Amino acid sequence: MHRYILRRLFLLIPVMFGVSLVVFTIMFFTPGDPAKLMLGERAPEAEVAALRAQMGLDDPFPVQFGRFIYNAVRGDLGRSLVTRRPVFQELYARFPATLQLAAAGVLVAVVMGIPIGILSATRQYSAFDAASMGIALVGVSMPNFWQGMMMILLFSVTLGVFPSSGYGTIRHLVMPALTIGTSTAAIITRMTRSSMLEVVRQDYIRTARAKGLSESVVINRHALKNALIPIVTVIGLQFGYLLGGAVLTESIFSWPGVGRLMVDAIRQKDYPVVQGGVLLLALTFSVVNLGVDILYAYIDPRIKAQYK
Amino acid sequence: MAERLLEIENLRVEYHTDDGVVTAVDNLKLHLNKGQTLGLVGETGAGKTTTALSIMRLVPAPPGRIVSGTVRFRDEDLLKKRIDDIKKIRGNKISMIFQDPMTSLNPVLTIGFQIEEAVMLHQGLDRKAARRRAAEMLRLVGIPAEREGDYPHEFSGGMRQRVGIAMALSCNPELLIADEPTTALDVTIQAQVLELMKRLREQFSTSMLLITHDLGVVAEVCDHVAIMYAGTIVEYADVTTLFTNPRHPYTRGLFGSIPSLDEEVTRLKPITGLMPDPTALPSGCRFHPRCPMAGEICSSRIPQVTELDNDHSVHCMIYEGLVPGYEE
Repeated sequence: MHRYILRRLFLLIPVMFGVSLVVFTIMFFTPGDPAKLMLGERAPEAEVAALRAQMGLDDPFPVQFGRFIYNAVRGDLGRSLVTRRPVFQELYARFPATLQLAAAGVLVAVVMGIPIGILSATRQYSAFDAASMGIALVGVSMPNFWQGMMMILLFSVTLGVFPSSGYGTIRHLVMPALTIGTSTAAIITRMTRSSMLEVVRQDYIRTARAKGLSESVVINRHALKNALIPIVTVIGLQFGYLLGGAVLTESIFSWPGVGRLMVDAIRQKDYPVVQGGVLLLALTFSVVNLGVDILYAYIDPRIKAQYK
Repeated sequence: MAERLLEIENLRVEYHTDDGVVTAVDNLKLHLNKGQTLGLVGETGAGKTTTALSIMRLVPAPPGRIVSGTVRFRDEDLLKKRIDDIKKIRGNKISMIFQDPMTSLNPVLTIGFQIEEAVMLHQGLDRKAARRRAAEMLRLVGIPAEREGDYPHEFSGGMRQRVGIAMALSCNPELLIADEPTTALDVTIQAQVLELMKRLREQFSTSMLLITHDLGVVAEVCDHVAIMYAGTIVEYADVTTLFTNPRHPYTRGLFGSIPSLDEEVTRLKPITGLMPDPTALPSGCRFHPRCPMAGEICSSRIPQVTELDNDHSVHCMIYEGLVPGYEE
């Protein structure tokens, strides 16, 4: 198990190298001169050329990429072209907000999705099942930005219970977390339901019932743990997605996260920030997935046996 | 007369499927005396497993439904009991061994725990005592107690069935229902598992309902035999009578399809035709389309039970005197 984790961590190196190469290449061939961008459109040609030379922008691609990797390994992701602050610091300042929002969103989704999914599965075709599946369908279909705006309209403008923007307290967190958690909750509900329906038909559930166990023990102890693998997979993917994909929600609620930072950076052609941001999100996504894979081993001993 | 442990009468179980109502068990009657082993024999689809699940009230509903009948266990009708009371009987007074050991154990729980939880539930033992009991049961079925922390996938099929047996016997049940416990196993392992069940059944003085389609197993283990066809019992007798003097044409057909060591035969004599489609069962006697002895009346009248001597009963028009019988 430890060896497996070590090997997986080691595998992060080629993954991150690959991501770096792709991102760097795209940014390299994107039109627009960073030096000109920094000095402004009307800057004299000579000054721009001097800055280009100073920044090493005239070097061939492999040299520039090599320099980027060399620096990145030492934790130096360059400086923002706009704020002139180190990219690392920019990301470091924003990452906790993103992490907080993603974690809160997933928490909301898990707390709602798993119990509703279980109840739906154990009462298949009941009114509760039909209602929760209907609501789940609305939940996945509803666009984030629309839901966010509607919530602001209702809870901030009309009722005035939650602030429409800002960051720092639980009250600020409620609406953004519900907004990004809704679709994830819907996905988890549906996955839990179908996975449970699959599991409760298995022979070992009949064995558990034949022992005289109560229905709650049969469901929670015997069925749920077996149903958990696909559910955990979805949670992991959604968590990774929320870490990088909460851009719209962050924008609507002025949430100071990495997503918004990157959108701004793309708009301003602040390519070091874009590069750094993508690397950070790729890294967190990989780490979350590793966490999910490790979790599998704790859920299913057959998977653990494969992690040699 | 021996004490009755289980007595089933007029049991009817239906499955409501998209293709119509399937009557899996109909007008079923059988009994099992205390301390004895009853073999329930029939082809796949005859309703053997449904009968067993009815006793445990485990017929999956929907689509299944126990329509009518009584299942008397000791002096109580199990079909009339509340489900909470049934749960006190399941795994405790009546327990079950299932057909496929590869799928009937929970893959994410240790085998030790799967034995312990029944013991803790029914015998009120604490975790430690339950663990001792589980270890003792494992030893009895020939699995080292150290392996109680292992998971099902770490055992072979035969070992898993031993675990199933340990689990079923852990609360010392009065009735053990074994649903084709050796069908999924290799032939060499079958004999071992059968031998083990026989030994433990005697040791625990448990009565057993053994479901099988293997007449060899019946001869080996059972005291009485009930032959089942298309949802109902066609013949019931003690094992010697049944093997030496089978009466029902279906039972005779079953023996005809076993190769004999004494005779020079090049081909077996199978029963012609197939089991009827359960959504469209034949009228009258269910067996009449395949029966070599069938007369006209067989397609219109349901045969009644004829009690022959010595706890031997048969459902056939021949013995009601309505159709010419065999020339003995």
